[in-house]
Amino acid sequence: MGRALGIAIWVITILSVLMFVTKHWWFPESISEHGPAVDHQFMITIIVVGVSFAAAQIGLGWVVWKYRDSASAQRATYSHGNNRLEVIWTIVTAVVFISLAVMGQRVWASLHLHAAPPGSYQIEVVAQQFAWTFRYPGKDGVFGRTDPSLINDEGQNFVGLDETAPNAKDDIQVSTLVIPANQPVELILRSKDVTHSFFVPQLRFKQDLVPGMKIPVHFTATKVGKYEIACAELCGMNHYKMKSYMLVLPKEEFIELTNLPPAQFLAKKDELLAKYQLPQY
Amino acid sequence: MAEATHEEVHRHPAPKGFIRKYIFSLDHKVIGIQYILLALTAVVVGMVMSVLMRMNLSWPGTKWPIMGTLFPTGAPGGVISPEFYLSLVTMHGTLMVFFVLTTAPQGGFGNYFLPIQIGAEDMAFPVLNMLSFWVTFVGFIVLLTAIFAEGNLTVGAWFSKLGTSFAAGSGTVGPIGGWTGYPPLSALGKIAGPGQGAGVNLWIISIAIFCVGSLLGALNFITTLLNMRTRGMSLMRMPLTCWAWFTTAILALLSFPVLLAGGILLLLDRIGGTSFFIPGGLFVSGSLVPLHNGGSPLLWQHLFWFFGHPEVYIAILPGMGATSHVLSTFARKPIFGYRAMVFAIFAIGMLGFFVWGHHMFISGMSPYSAIAFSILTLSIGVPSAIKTFNWLGTLWGAKIRFTTPMLFAIGFVSVFVAGGITGLVLGQTSLDFFFHDTYFVTAHFHLVMGVASIFGMFAATYFWFPKMFGRMMNETLGKLHFWVTFLGVYAIFVPFHAMGMLGMPRRYANFGEYEFLKNSHSLVLFVTVAAIITVGIQFVFYFNLFWSMFWGKKASDNPWEATTLEWTTATPPPHDNFAGVVPTVYRGPYEFAVPGAPRDFVMQTEPEAVEVTAELGDRSGNGGNGHKH
Repeated sequence: MGRALGIAIWVITILSVLMFVTKHWWFPESISEHGPAVDHQFMITIIVVGVSFAAAQIGLGWVVWKYRDSASAQRATYSHGNNRLEVIWTIVTAVVFISLAVMGQRVWASLHLHAAPPGSYQIEVVAQQFAWTFRYPGKDGVFGRTDPSLINDEGQNFVGLDETAPNAKDDIQVSTLVIPANQPVELILRSKDVTHSFFVPQLRFKQDLVPGMKIPVHFTATKVGKYEIACAELCGMNHYKMKSYMLVLPKEEFIELTNLPPAQFLAKKDELLAKYQLPQY
Repeated sequence: MAEATHEEVHRHPAPKGFIRKYIFSLDHKVIGIQYILLALTAVVVGMVMSVLMRMNLSWPGTKWPIMGTLFPTGAPGGVISPEFYLSLVTMHGTLMVFFVLTTAPQGGFGNYFLPIQIGAEDMAFPVLNMLSFWVTFVGFIVLLTAIFAEGNLTVGAWFSKLGTSFAAGSGTVGPIGGWTGYPPLSALGKIAGPGQGAGVNLWIISIAIFCVGSLLGALNFITTLLNMRTRGMSLMRMPLTCWAWFTTAILALLSFPVLLAGGILLLLDRIGGTSFFIPGGLFVSGSLVPLHNGGSPLLWQHLFWFFGHPEVYIAILPGMGATSHVLSTFARKPIFGYRAMVFAIFAIGMLGFFVWGHHMFISGMSPYSAIAFSILTLSIGVPSAIKTFNWLGTLWGAKIRFTTPMLFAIGFVSVFVAGGITGLVLGQTSLDFFFHDTYFVTAHFHLVMGVASIFGMFAATYFWFPKMFGRMMNETLGKLHFWVTFLGVYAIFVPFHAMGMLGMPRRYANFGEYEFLKNSHSLVLFVTVAAIITVGIQFVFYFNLFWSMFWGKKASDNPWEATTLEWTTATPPPHDNFAGVVPTVYRGPYEFAVPGAPRDFVMQTEPEAVEVTAELGDRSGNGGNGHKH
């Protein structure tokens, strides 16, 4: 039984490690400025994880194999442990784990402990059960006033824009997120009803949208293309299909689009949405 | 220490009638078995729900014959609807976390064996003990009522008469907000979608009742352990199981009140018109929510996870205790680093109170506090690693007997490492940008708090069954159960990591909407097949359990040649555990392979005559004779 169990543990270990090593199921391509740093930190972490996992499992398999009961009358080793080993072990793991923890804050800090860099393009993201609305300030670059009592989903006023307010006339509400490549983008996240979460796997970015809060976040996309936006916080029955698209456009194309008046913006957006293809998975 | 006066206070005569003996019993042993039976019932419902979820994920749109009849609204024509799927998710989590992982390890085995292992006649407060079980049982019934209130139209119609916040009969099997029940989704009522009426109210009430039951239990455990240890049973001579139950009780005492408070506030938001968690200006399902203003959805998350994280340790610590106990017994070797094990258990328990924020990195909480939570989280890896190291150390140089409980204890070490180690990934803020709420998380917590805890309980069941029922469980069936379960859980949960790598979000009723999940189909199907097989083999365990109770081989008083107090008394133990004899303890709990001793184990009650000299083997001061240190 000891041999069989030892072998079983080793086989499980090898298969589990192989699943990561072969990278058959892996991150989608990274398309943000901070993405490669996230992937790099993951690589360092998964190596530490893999080595610790394999060491513990192989060790377990080995002791189970080696110290199985034999017919001999000899007893097990009488020992209550070894304080020196405990201390060494504790210090080594503490140093490795805490270093990993400190390293693991770098990308986070670079995005979340700083305000959006100057020149960031601002877009408001408003989530609701089970749709996304993205609001662009229009030509004047200023968002118009909103009020929840003015929300009218049938009338396409998803964010409750006060049409009479100054700066509101050229605001555009659109169901697709369009952003420029290689320019920082600041998203102002809010929710109309329950908690949702903005997730684009390729961006290596996720942030909850919490009712009652306006959460500003920023990042820079680096690769032109069309990507899927998923909701990552349970928001009700159709959570699984609260989907939208993110278009990353070359900067000139983006500027051209955002200078269009609302109706033309929407038409052009549909055209672009059809033009760009999702990545090959 | 137990003084003579205590003995008088706690003594209660053996009951005569059936009801006082088996139903409203004051005997901790009967109460322990009641808790275990409750968990065994709840876990079947939870498992069936998990299989239904897997079936829906792998074969979406299939018409399942019986489902259409049972749930004409939630599964019209037998096709599982997304809201029905989410109600399964919610109830599976709630049943498993509360009524399985919290009841069996602590209320069940803790209740039965803590008093015996410390040489006490019963718990400190037998009536409280009885109440804690029956309160928990009522909580369970209320949760089942939620299933019927939402799933059955007749019962639903009855609840709907109670008022709008009790609207029911939406065809689901309960609320659809997940076991974490985040508001505003869980607070808004019917307008937020199906299952959000009476289902949520009953769900909250059930959990609140459960909190009360757990609190009563925790008080009892702590008092019993501190006050009722027998002569010579110093703290450092207690079996590691007792340390685990003690730490768990402290965690329960400090964390359940917070959830109770949170639950009451959530219920008030729903039926009392308050706004603890509901901010103003919400626009839900086409209309404004006029009555609420000023609440904070994040407040709930803080309260919930302040409980929720320690809860993870409430589930796993007793499993760690049982594993240590069983490993040492069948390794025929003292536990490696007893003192370090005690400190590690305590360190894990205490650190567990400072890391709840790692569930909330991307919630909108301050990014600075996220960093603090993250670093504290990874430091929990240190005591966890100490435990793993010491389990390996215990097996090193051992003479292992591969009984079924030992197989499950070894399995525990394996799955605990597999599940725990990915905490290093998920505990980092920067990596949560991608992994938060993906299947990587589902893989992590299922392995470490679900499967590992259950493995601990399987080890405990096979190990203590002879003491509890006077008969042995069948070893052949036990080994079959172990092998299929061990390979099965890896086959289920390792692929979850791969799904997580693709970015697959949790709690999706269907993965077909997204191109980026396209490559997951083979994984999803593989997991489903593995899950069905693994769940199936559990019925072999059930058969073995109930068959062996009546027809198993008769057990002797100490069939495993173990050392602790439960093996010194009759099988099954008499009503007062030691038949009026107060046991005296002379040594630590894991004295195996003592050089010079006549047998390869020395019972805790064997007097000093066979004491070995200190320099032999004991280089570390680790509890060989803990009382003297």
